[in-house]
Amino acid sequence: MTTRFETEQKSGLLQRILTALPYVVLTISIVPIIIGFVWIIVATFSYRTQGILPINAQGKIGGLTLQNWTFLLDAKIWRVTFNSAMIALGMVVGVGFLSSLTGYALSRMNFRGRKTFLGMTLVLHAFRPELLLIAIFQVLLFIAGIPIAGKAFGFNTVGGVAIVMVSLELPLGIWLMKGFFDNISWDMERAALIDGASRFRVWWEIILPQIKPGIAALAIFNFISGWNAYLIPYTFTIGTKVSNLSVFLNQFSSDTSPMGWNQVAAVGLFQLIPILIFFIFTQEALLNIYGGGTKGGA
Amino acid sequence: MKVELTNLTKRWGDVVGAEGIDLSTKDGEFVAFLGPSGCGKTTTLLMIAGIYKPTVGEILFDDRVVNTVPPKDRNIGMVFQSYALYPHMTVFQNIGYPLKLQKVPKDELQKHVQRVADMMGIGHLMDRKPAQLSGGQQQRVALGRALIKEPQLLLFDEPLSNLDARLRLSMRSEIKRLQMDLGITSIYVTHDQIEAMTMADRVAVMKDGHLQAFAPPDELYDHPKTLFIAGFVGNPPMNFIEVEVKQENGSYQVLGPGIHLDLPADRGEKVARSSKVIMGIRPEDISLADTGVKGEVYLIEPLGRDDLLDVRIGETAVRVLADPALGVRMRDTVTLHFNTDTAQLFDPDTEQSLLW
Repeated sequence: MTTRFETEQKSGLLQRILTALPYVVLTISIVPIIIGFVWIIVATFSYRTQGILPINAQGKIGGLTLQNWTFLLDAKIWRVTFNSAMIALGMVVGVGFLSSLTGYALSRMNFRGRKTFLGMTLVLHAFRPELLLIAIFQVLLFIAGIPIAGKAFGFNTVGGVAIVMVSLELPLGIWLMKGFFDNISWDMERAALIDGASRFRVWWEIILPQIKPGIAALAIFNFISGWNAYLIPYTFTIGTKVSNLSVFLNQFSSDTSPMGWNQVAAVGLFQLIPILIFFIFTQEALLNIYGGGTKGGA
Repeated sequence: MKVELTNLTKRWGDVVGAEGIDLSTKDGEFVAFLGPSGCGKTTTLLMIAGIYKPTVGEILFDDRVVNTVPPKDRNIGMVFQSYALYPHMTVFQNIGYPLKLQKVPKDELQKHVQRVADMMGIGHLMDRKPAQLSGGQQQRVALGRALIKEPQLLLFDEPLSNLDARLRLSMRSEIKRLQMDLGITSIYVTHDQIEAMTMADRVAVMKDGHLQAFAPPDELYDHPKTLFIAGFVGNPPMNFIEVEVKQENGSYQVLGPGIHLDLPADRGEKVARSSKVIMGIRPEDISLADTGVKGEVYLIEPLGRDDLLDVRIGETAVRVLADPALGVRMRDTVTLHFNTDTAQLFDPDTEQSLLW
């Protein structure tokens, strides 16, 4: 022990440099990202920018404006924002609920075809959505033909987009959830069964609270991918009534209209805000690793 | 409540968890399942709890077959090695959970939980989470949770294995005391033969999924039916020596490398047919004497009250308990007296006792 202590003292300076090094590297590596953010924020409030600085018509610094944000007065933007929110929440709830149930069953129960199911789920995840577009289109058209359900989940509906997004995300969600459930001790579950709980109550009252951080992680993941969804809404919706923010944003840079770069930045920033808020609220759950009530065998 | 197992078997494909267990307990009896890890004792316990479904055989509670009754309807309490407390609930919620599931009114639940917690000596810790408790306290919470619904059967799955030696000793007598006071039929799984011997009314010894014996502790100690039981029960473990038994004009003799002993006739008679046997003799039945078998002291382990000597007789090693006052040292040559009145004799092929 003493020898080790001495070595530590001798190389104190080196030790300090080694401790500081990661922070220095990390700080340097995020500088470009921070500059990018600052640039976007500045750009949304100016007519033009040179580098990171706003400039006016004379090429001098200045010329700030709120004109880029006037899109907020348009009713269309709130419509597409609402649609984006519905898709994102649909994914959070849909994927969260279905994959936590499926993951539990796959982790805890033994049934015929379990292994096949697991394998197939993984294979499904390997398919890129692009490959499936035409098939999905056919399915959505079919759903559109069904009375009542067709209105909510058919082609050219927000519900339809949400359903497609949920199904594409489910394989990953199921595998993630299965992994979290696998880490929970069987004893806790057995104890609850013996205490008199039904299988469903065990899942809801005993097991789910243990994997809160996992559920939060999945929720954030789904919210972001639902909120930013582009390909699926772009392909399966027509017009702003059912399109979402990403698709709306794309219209600014379409072939027929000149590119309003600063306006694009403003809409982009607007699209970013909910994700930042959502992350602030869920990061604590993400980082909060539960202190277990088990010792040894867990 | 009486518990009866008939031909109880659990297999997963080719893997055998437990095979043909036949056993029945009396009402209020404390039964221990003893065996090394992987012997099927926990598998059997989980079948009794209703977590595993038996492949073959029946489980009867008071003559009622409960094979298909789900755990929640069996009215049992169970304590796990890992305690299996619910980490997101307080001590109060943990202990009260079984009553909450029974939809017991709030004030009644409160009173009941407080009473059980006080009985377990954790009444002042009600608002703590399990992570804020010591191992012993967690164990008490687990015990309280198992007891609160006044079960007819208590199951213990190595409950003391995670505690330190001192605490294990006190919890051992506490559980025993509690069981006697409440009179609840209990099944206690352990790999620690001292726990099984000290706590249980009867001990079921298991090996490789099979029940080897089901008998009171004394019986297991004095009349072990198999080589395995003889070696597993008792501390320090029994010595086994390969010997030959010879009969010379009415008297029986044990012959081994450097060993020549007289065998009492009542024991010798039973080995008449097989001359090659394994003799088992406990360390406390070998003593240092003036005449007898000569051996060299190879190792001395002081146990406090006794010294445990590892003595080599030629190639054969035997453990001997000796009085520390004798001042035996390593490499000393000692003379051993074997008390063959209590010697056990086993068939080397079947490993069954030739005596019982």
